[in-house]
Amino acid sequence: MAVVLTRIYIPPKGLPPTEIAEKIKGRFPEEVVEVIEFRDQVSVIVKRGRVLEICRYLHDDPDLSFDHLQDLCGADYHGKKEPRFEVVYNLYSIKYRHKIRIRTQVPESDPSIQSVTSIWTGANWHERECYDMFGIVFKGHPDLRRILLPEDWEGHPLRKDYPLKGPELDKDWKGFVEVVNRSKELKEFEWKG
Amino acid sequence: MELVEKIFETRELNVNMGPQHPATHGVLRLVLDIDGETIVKVTPYVGYLHRGIEKLGESMSYFQALPLTDRMDYVSAMANNIGYCIAVERLFGIEVPERAKFIRTIVGEMARIANHLLWLATHALDIGAMTVFLYCFREREWILELFEMICGARLTVTYPRIGGVKNDVPAEFLDSLWKFTEEFPTRIPEYETLIDQNRIWLKRTKGIGVISAEEAVNWGLTGPTLRGSGVPYDIRKHMPYDAYDKVDFEVPIGTEGDTYDRYRCRMMEMRQSNNIIRQCIEKLPPGPIMAETPNFTLQPKDKMMPITHPTKEHAFYIIEKACKGCGMCLRACPAKAIFGEKKQPHKIKQDLCLGCATCYVTCKFKALTIVPGGKGFPEEKLAELAVPPDKVPEDIKKAQEYLVKHFEFIKRGPKVPQGDIYIATEVPKGELGFYFISDGSGKPYRMRVRAPSFVHAGVLPRLCVGHLVADVIANIGTIDIVLGECDR
Repeated sequence: MAVVLTRIYIPPKGLPPTEIAEKIKGRFPEEVVEVIEFRDQVSVIVKRGRVLEICRYLHDDPDLSFDHLQDLCGADYHGKKEPRFEVVYNLYSIKYRHKIRIRTQVPESDPSIQSVTSIWTGANWHERECYDMFGIVFKGHPDLRRILLPEDWEGHPLRKDYPLKGPELDKDWKGFVEVVNRSKELKEFEWKG
Repeated sequence: MELVEKIFETRELNVNMGPQHPATHGVLRLVLDIDGETIVKVTPYVGYLHRGIEKLGESMSYFQALPLTDRMDYVSAMANNIGYCIAVERLFGIEVPERAKFIRTIVGEMARIANHLLWLATHALDIGAMTVFLYCFREREWILELFEMICGARLTVTYPRIGGVKNDVPAEFLDSLWKFTEEFPTRIPEYETLIDQNRIWLKRTKGIGVISAEEAVNWGLTGPTLRGSGVPYDIRKHMPYDAYDKVDFEVPIGTEGDTYDRYRCRMMEMRQSNNIIRQCIEKLPPGPIMAETPNFTLQPKDKMMPITHPTKEHAFYIIEKACKGCGMCLRACPAKAIFGEKKQPHKIKQDLCLGCATCYVTCKFKALTIVPGGKGFPEEKLAELAVPPDKVPEDIKKAQEYLVKHFEFIKRGPKVPQGDIYIATEVPKGELGFYFISDGSGKPYRMRVRAPSFVHAGVLPRLCVGHLVADVIANIGTIDIVLGECDR
């Protein structure tokens, strides 16, 4: 039988997150803006310039080995913070059982950041979703298209200045208008039995 | 020969599959580029079921957003609820009572069994084994009936709550669940005899959709889809939540990383889940089921019983002289039990009244009053008994105040400390993560859902290219996706 049922080896808990944050700070002192601790989880806020290098370091360093990208998402601090956007990387090491969160600042004037698909292939769809929802452009992404919304959608819904019920509440959706017009055109061919 | 080649020239064909296709498990659309029978390129299109749950979650308080999570992975809604509740509890910083933890573990594992049964049923049906489908649905029905027993719902349960669970489990439930756990291990071999040694099944699953351990981790796969490749990553072991650190269970992992290994992993997992449920029932401690933190969790409903509970049988009555006919109560009534013209005194139709007290809260002219114990009395007797609202007994009024507070609490939410938190739980499909950014109000500033199905759907092109068209079906089945969760 192919599958072996085992008492799998669970490694002891790895480095505490504050120590990892110190390591990043030691390696990239210019890049780290702030380190925040909340409920035993540590976020390292970094500038966007060398985020690819930081991620490469976290992934490749034998002591850190962050092999699992748990999540990648955007956040919008419209009118609350400058710079406006953030791209959040939740990283976990299956090998060593430690985790860290990297939050990268992205300004509104030029919402773009380097893509990490070359490190974690699974980031592909997360980055497409982030582009779809926040309009953040990922440089070096192999296939940056909208993913959850139709290709001709206007606006980026998870931005805070996008209204909850959609921007054109008084108008019918254009796809629906199209169908109605078409049905009017084709009315003469209706089967009258 | 040249002539033959000219006539029978081969071209790559572009085939559209879905979004309405029975084998795509929902509304997944794939565009396949095929060369003969071989897949050259696969482009998945998702988003047909996008409802903007993340955006909706930002507009609601933490309590109100809970039912939305049912609608993501509707096959194992219970596990999604638990994931959401745990994330919010960690954000609030509250501790759940021991009994609630065990109950959650029980229902979470029941959801895992139900999910794997549905997965096996549809996966086998896609590959061509019809009988398994019928067998699996027989047991799944049993679990859904058990869910019905504890919360009244079968699919969209919303049974776990922030701070615990909604109500305690009845003794009959534990009895029938125990019976189920005794019976279920004998049912698994029934499915296995149907397909385990079946030559068609083996041919269609062995060596199909192979992904190595390193690559699987790099793609972000989780759950049984990852463990089939031999990576021992299970959040229940790595970051134990609920009662998983108090029960003894094993995690099956595969070796080859193909469809067959992932199938074996899930079959083993069902046995383990069964074990966990049995242990939890044995160890189930007595005690409260809801955290007693009035600032963060909903209080028990007994406190507002005097008004809301139907057995207490209060009646609501409009005093004709005081009623100005403003229509506020008429609009607010959820049962549409109030009738009347504008600027004329309104009337409550007693047989339609639910006794929810919404009208009593909204009335500004002190026209609406409570007649204690007046349910079922004729209209004339109520008129006789009715007193102005300020002469209603004190305990009933207190319960009334409590009810109003309760409404406001749900609508505004608690005061949450500022910060951000990411909490992952092991749902049947993989790692379900919730990432909250709190700005100090009762609503999440940002609510992000890391859906396992979304990540798994992204790996389809990697699994399919180079295989045959028929293997696409097997690959969609093996990664176990639900499009409601993928599109959110």
